[in-house]
Amino acid sequence: MNKDYLELSGLTVSFDGFVAVDGVDLTVLQGDLRFLIGPNGAGKTTLIDAVSGLVSATGRAEFAGEDLLGRKVHQIARRGVGRTFQTATVFEELSVLQNLDIAAGAGRSPWTLLRKRSGVPEAVTEAMETVGLADLRDTKAGILAHGQKQWLEIGMLLVQDARLLMLDEPVAGMSAEEKDETGRLLRRICVDRTVVVVEHDMDFMRSFAKSVTVLHAGKVLSEGTVAEVQADPKVQEVYLGPGQHSAEEAAIVLGEGV
Amino acid sequence: MTALLRSRYAVGIGFLVAAVLLFAVAPALLTTFRLGLLGKYLCYAMVAVGIGLAWGRGGMLTLGQGVFFGIGAYLMAMHLKLADAGPGGVPDFMALISSDGVPGWWEPFRSGAVTIVAILVLPTLLATLLGLATFRRRVRGAYFAILSQALAAAFAILLIGNPTATGGSTGLNNFKGFFGFSLRDPANRQMLYFIAAGVLLLMVFVAWRLMVSRFGELLVACRDAEERVRFLGYDPATIKTVAFAVAGMMAGIGGALFVPIVGIISPNDVGVVPSIGLLIGVAIGGRTTLAGPVLGAIAVAWAETTLSEQFPSGWTYAQGLLFMLVVAFLPGGLASLVSWRRRRSDTADPTAGADPEPAPAEVLAPAEGRTT
Ligand SMILES: Nc1ncnc2c1ncn2[C@@H]1O[C@H](COP(=O)(O)OP(=O)(O)O)[C@@H](O)[C@H]1O
Ligand SMILES: [Mg+2]
Repeated sequence: MNKDYLELSGLTVSFDGFVAVDGVDLTVLQGDLRFLIGPNGAGKTTLIDAVSGLVSATGRAEFAGEDLLGRKVHQIARRGVGRTFQTATVFEELSVLQNLDIAAGAGRSPWTLLRKRSGVPEAVTEAMETVGLADLRDTKAGILAHGQKQWLEIGMLLVQDARLLMLDEPVAGMSAEEKDETGRLLRRICVDRTVVVVEHDMDFMRSFAKSVTVLHAGKVLSEGTVAEVQADPKVQEVYLGPGQHSAEEAAIVLGEGV
Repeated sequence: MTALLRSRYAVGIGFLVAAVLLFAVAPALLTTFRLGLLGKYLCYAMVAVGIGLAWGRGGMLTLGQGVFFGIGAYLMAMHLKLADAGPGGVPDFMALISSDGVPGWWEPFRSGAVTIVAILVLPTLLATLLGLATFRRRVRGAYFAILSQALAAAFAILLIGNPTATGGSTGLNNFKGFFGFSLRDPANRQMLYFIAAGVLLLMVFVAWRLMVSRFGELLVACRDAEERVRFLGYDPATIKTVAFAVAGMMAGIGGALFVPIVGIISPNDVGVVPSIGLLIGVAIGGRTTLAGPVLGAIAVAWAETTLSEQFPSGWTYAQGLLFMLVVAFLPGGLASLVSWRRRRSDTADPTAGADPEPAPAEVLAPAEGRTT
C-alpha cells in the first residue's frame, strides 16, 4: 500500500470547552476522493483547520507517516499538505502566472527569490493546462470569475506539490457546468493524490465522490460509499429529523438511489 | 507619451531623466543654498523608498522610520563631532555641559570605517529584530503602526533625556568637516549633494529590482493574503522582515547623509511628527509605485519649506488636509492618475493584455486604488 495516506485517530479540537471535533478517526488512502459532509457546524472546516495547523488539536494526525499536529502551518504545508478555504483566497493583485509561480516556490533559495523569474516553471505550465487557465495566465486573479478563482486555487495546490489536498466547499456558488468541470478535475487529480472535499452540494457529491464520511456534532456518524451512507438510518435522522422516513423524503434531501 | 510610458524601456528612460535632472539641471539652475535644500529632500526620499517597499508593497504601515533615520544620523553626527575635536579631543558641546569627557560608547566612532559599518548595520539589525519579534507574533495593521510610532516617541525621549551624550533637545550641530573635507567649502557641499543623488538613484534601482523579483511578488502576496502564503509553505514573517530591514537600512543611510548636508540633527528630526511627515509624502506620491514615494517625499518636503516660509504655522494643517484628501479620494496617490490614463488607453488597445512580460509601466503603477 502506498504510504501517502491520511490517518487521524482521536482527533479532538475544543474552543474554550466547546468540542468542535470530537475524537475523529479517519483514514483516507491515496487515489481516494473522499467527501466530508454533514450539517452546518458539524466541524468539517475545523477538522481541516486542525490537519493544516491553523487550530491546535489533540489526538493524532499523520500524513505519509509524518506527524502533523504541533507543527506550524508553513511546516505542514512543506510536508505536502495543501488546502483551500471556503471563500477563494488568491492573490488578487497578481496574475494567474504569478499566483502559480509563488505556489511553486516554497523551496526556492534566497538567491532565486531575489531575481526576476526567467521563463515559466514546467509545473506551472502543466497546472495551468490542468485547471484550464492557460489562456488567462497574465490576467489579474482579482478579476477572474468565481469558478476560475477556485480552479486557480486548486492549480496552486498542484504546483505546490501537495499530495494531500483538502478543499473546503470548492463548488459553492458555481454554475452547473462549472461544477461538472470541477468534478472532472477532481477525478483527474485524485488518481495519484489523497483528496478530501468538504461539500454541501449533494448532487455534486453523488456524481463524483468515491467515498463519503458524514460528520455530525464533531463525530463521525457514518462512512462508506455514497449508496451506503445514503441508506444509513443515522444519516437520514440527522438530515431529516428523528423517526421513520419514506424513500421519497430521503430522496429529496439525500438524493436518488436511497 | 503614453506609448513611451508603456514601453519596456520606461524604467530605463525614467532613470536617465532623473539622472540628468539631478546631476546636470539642478546644479546648473540652483544656488548652493537651494542645492543643499534639494540634497536634504533627497535624504528624505531615501527613507521614502524604504517606506514604499515596506508599506506600499509589503503592507507594513510603519510610523517609526524616524528611528532608523535617527540612528544613522546620530552615528554620523557623533563621528563628525569626534573628528572635529581631533584625536583624543572632546566635542565642544560635551565640554560645555560636563567634565566627564567622552562616554565610552562614543569612542569606537572616532573611526570613520567603524562609523560607516555601524550606519549600514545597526538600523538594519534593529529593523530585523523588531520585524522578527512582531511579525512572528502576527502583529500587523494598526497594531504594528502604533507599535512603530511608540518606538519613535521613545527614541526621541531617550535622546532628549541624555543631553551630555546626545546634545539633548538641541541635538548635534555645527560640524566643520566631513571625512577630511571642510563643510564650509561650497565645492564640498556640492559633492555631498552629488553623493546623495547617486545614493538615492542606487536605492531606487535596488527597490526596482526587488519589486520585479520573485521576492517582490511574494511580498505583495503577503500584503494581500498573508494567511494564504503560509499555507503555501512560506513563513511570511521572514519575507516581511527582509523588506522591513531593507527599509530600515535605507532610512539609516538617509539619516547619515542628512547630517553633513543639513548641518544639524535633533530629536525634532527623528520623532513621531517627522516619521509621519515622511509617510504622508509616500501616500501622496503613490505608495505602491516605484517613483511615487520619491516624488511625493520631495514634493512634500519642498512644499513644507516654501509654505512655512510664508505661513509659519499653516503648513501642519495643510499637510494634514492634503493627506486626508489623498486617502479619501486618491488612495493610490498621485501615481494612480498616470495609470488611470494608461488604463483608459488600454481599453482601446486589444493587444495590451497579451504582453508576456509585465510592461515596466506596470511596475511603476501596479496596484492603484488599494485602500488597506
Ligand atoms: N474559532 C472558533 N472559536 C469558537 N468556536 C468555533 C470556532 N471555529 C468554529 N467554531 C465552532 O465549531 C463548530 C464547527 O464549526 P465548523 O467546523 O466551521 O463547521 P462546518 O464547517 O462543518 O460547518 C461550530 O459550532 C462553530 O461555531
Ligand atoms: Mg465550514
